[in-house]
Amino acid sequence: MRTRRWICTAMLVSVGVSAYAKKSLFQQEIPKQERIVHALNRLTFGPRPQDEARVRSIGLKKWIDLQLHPERINENPVLIEKLKTLDSLSMTSEQLVANYPTPQMIRQMAGGGLPFPADPDRRMMIQKLVERFGRRQKQGESAPPEGQELSSLLTPDQFRLLRTGTPQERVIAFENLPAEKQNDILIALPAGVRQGMFPAAPPELRRKIELTAGPQQVVAQDLAEGKLLRAIYSDRQLEEVLTDFWFNHFNIYLDKGADHFMVTEYERDVIRPHVLGKFRELLEATAKSPAMLFYLDNWQSVAQSADQARRGIAARRGLNENYGRELLELHTLGVDGGYTQQDVTEVARCFTGWTINQPLRGGSFNFNPRTHDSAEKTVLGVKIPPGGGIEDGEKVLDIVARHPATARFISRKLAMRFVADEPPVTLVDSMAATFLKTDGDLLEVMKTLLESKEFWSEGAYRSKMKSPLEMVASAVRALNGEVDYASSLANQVAQMGEPLYRKQEPTGYSNSGKEWLNSAGLIARMNFAVNLADNKIPGVKADAAQAGISLGSPDFQKR
Amino acid sequence: MTTRRIFLRNSALAMVGMGSAPLWLKRTLYAADAPSPRKKILIAIFQRGAADGLNIVVPHGEKAYYALRPSIAIPRPTTAGDQDAALDLDGLFGLHPSLAALKPLYDQQLLAIVDAAGSPDPTRSHFDAQDYMESGTPGLKATVDGWMNRALPHEEAKISPLRAVSLGPVLPRSMRGSHSAVALQNVADFQVRNAEAAQTFERLYLEAKDPAIQAAGRESFEAAALLRSIQKQPYSPAAGADYPRGRFGDSLRQIAQLIKADAGVEVAFADIGGWDHHVNEPAQLANLLREYAQALNAFWRDMGDRMADIVLVTMSEFGRTAHENGNRGTDHGHANCMFVMGGPVRGGKVYGRWPGLEREQLYENRDLALTTDFRDVLGELVLSHLGNPTLASVFPGYDPKFLGLLANT
Repeated sequence: MRTRRWICTAMLVSVGVSAYAKKSLFQQEIPKQERIVHALNRLTFGPRPQDEARVRSIGLKKWIDLQLHPERINENPVLIEKLKTLDSLSMTSEQLVANYPTPQMIRQMAGGGLPFPADPDRRMMIQKLVERFGRRQKQGESAPPEGQELSSLLTPDQFRLLRTGTPQERVIAFENLPAEKQNDILIALPAGVRQGMFPAAPPELRRKIELTAGPQQVVAQDLAEGKLLRAIYSDRQLEEVLTDFWFNHFNIYLDKGADHFMVTEYERDVIRPHVLGKFRELLEATAKSPAMLFYLDNWQSVAQSADQARRGIAARRGLNENYGRELLELHTLGVDGGYTQQDVTEVARCFTGWTINQPLRGGSFNFNPRTHDSAEKTVLGVKIPPGGGIEDGEKVLDIVARHPATARFISRKLAMRFVADEPPVTLVDSMAATFLKTDGDLLEVMKTLLESKEFWSEGAYRSKMKSPLEMVASAVRALNGEVDYASSLANQVAQMGEPLYRKQEPTGYSNSGKEWLNSAGLIARMNFAVNLADNKIPGVKADAAQAGISLGSPDFQKR
Repeated sequence: MTTRRIFLRNSALAMVGMGSAPLWLKRTLYAADAPSPRKKILIAIFQRGAADGLNIVVPHGEKAYYALRPSIAIPRPTTAGDQDAALDLDGLFGLHPSLAALKPLYDQQLLAIVDAAGSPDPTRSHFDAQDYMESGTPGLKATVDGWMNRALPHEEAKISPLRAVSLGPVLPRSMRGSHSAVALQNVADFQVRNAEAAQTFERLYLEAKDPAIQAAGRESFEAAALLRSIQKQPYSPAAGADYPRGRFGDSLRQIAQLIKADAGVEVAFADIGGWDHHVNEPAQLANLLREYAQALNAFWRDMGDRMADIVLVTMSEFGRTAHENGNRGTDHGHANCMFVMGGPVRGGKVYGRWPGLEREQLYENRDLALTTDFRDVLGELVLSHLGNPTLASVFPGYDPKFLGLLANT
């Protein structure tokens, strides 16, 4: 009840901003009493009922300063505990390959071509899967139907108990089975019966159910669940918002081949540590990441011989422009940043030889001088002398990271996320000036944004349509929902049009709110709101009956 | 056979009963004695990622084609019917072998191809090029709406809330604009499932202060009301219409479902991604084209006689380099091919002037040159098929030159 009243107040406060006359609205300051809610809406994944009072007691200025220095905030122990069960999130790419193999890799393990995982529990599950695969292989056409395998493991009564009743009752029935048989039974059970236990299963059993369903899917699921849990529970909210922003800026598509095992490390070790650091370092970290080298094909780009280049003929292997182009268009200068097709080709030449060791085993960055084009190049008017090696690419990063077009492009994109779909030029200009003055210090750029009058203006206030991730996370936060597991929430985000880690195009998702305003998305949001409040989203507890209407209302779709 | 009139009456009565009949439907219901002519329907398919037109409509009569693509070229047609070889169309061009399901449509003159077509803007950015093609204004970033929205003919009478539909979770640029247009992921799912909540939401959205949210809300509830009646019968496509699994097949099947339910569809949009083949193109392109062709073939079979009112057009933001790159793939290029399919189409022919593939004939020495502006194709369809005469506002600043793609022009 208290929750509901709180949401209603938040909605009432928001009334009164209209779409026209935006220009002048950026000059009008919002009332003092709305500043905290506004800051919470923009720097977090939505206010929880207790947040406004908390920020008031800390002091808004001090709270913002803390958010800008996440290392000074002790992370929420509840989050740390919940993330523990998502063990893939702390693994290296190489460990992921070993622990969460694809069906093809399981076949290789069966044939002795790949080692089994080291973790004993994981090892056992995978070995069981391999054994089962081997059995099927041998029996071929004459494989016994599912039922026969089960009937040697379970009595009909035991099977009935697993198949009927509430999830809790099924889990109890399962745990009453002889411990040494549980893994075999789990693997032999029909998928539907396994899933029937899932909502009530303790974390270890849940993990086993996921592993039996397909080990490689765990990687994707942990990523999406991790993003939602952090968005909902982290006390370092701004860091989460920025990690999402910068991952999306340097987007990678999880389902592109070997990237499946590289995205976890990429987000954790390449993006996250730099979101309030120097842009140049963030850029280089992405440029040298196996995930990006694979996603934009640079790992396969090699020098063309002079003869081939002159005749415009492709060799068996040769130059690939994909990364060179997206580096300029999407990562740095922006499409209007004043580069030419010739620049794209020259940049691609500078990055020849930047490749990956063993991409299918997790991969690591490697510079291969033999495939590098060491002839002279000119990038954006700057000569890169002949005879260079890895430093050719690094010089390109120097040039583009400090380019005024990049300063503007990055500033405008940040302003779109934090201020308005069409941010005022004055704001973008002052952010870009900070960017250039501080050598691309993203913390300083954020400070300029947060200290601007435009950020605290009526033009910004409640003007942004929430993205699906923002909508889902903010709804759970508004109800102080208790998330046991977040896979259903991740499915909801996908339903609304933003499958996490699965934007195929290097553009990432749009930062413009109006992108998300359409009928399919609205219907999905309303259904989610009602289901969440009615406690019908598996894995989430949020008894708030009537709050569904507030969460699905037009006002709650904005931040 | 359910006629449009009977459908309208039944579904409208059902909705009046629920107290939520949209105005247009009530009005149509009471005026239902007048025969209602079937609407002309235009469907646009966007191949996102820049499809490799030169390996889709293969210029097998060009020597240069084979020199430029030593490891990825589609072999010349053979009399033996080689599985990997192009399917000859006219001695110069052939279809990729994975497009076999489209060959009968071409042979029956229901499918026309426009080659060396596309957007004249030189950009090789996926994002910009898609944006320009969908806005219908190459080079102009300030355009706020999409060509398909502007293409909707002006109507005095109330029109169907499903007049303009796009399949997918977000409304594409092509469809945005002042006419209402609905994005839907799934015909069967498009409802607020809690009826009581739905009524409250409907009121809240109609009262929303933000005009954009209000409009989107209104469209959603009107469409949901109409869809409730359509959802009642599970859909089974016509015999022989075998839609492939996957999002694209699903999209076309649901467009077919809406058309056959006489839901008042006038323009529809679906997209299919995954064409950006910088590496190892041959196998990926073959698979994607198989799905693509099978879906179009299924749609054609499913529509049957209704094809007489339908024109479907395909496009992709730009083509790919004439020469292959170093990884058995291709990089971003310029001109591409477009397919135009339907009853009114004068098919069985490759339209457009072929610019050739010799080095000096290429655009910027690397890409297929453009000889047909995509607006020439779309403009003809908007005017002659949809019957919207105001081309100057659909494609501002451009005067489309018709190719004579439709039988009645």
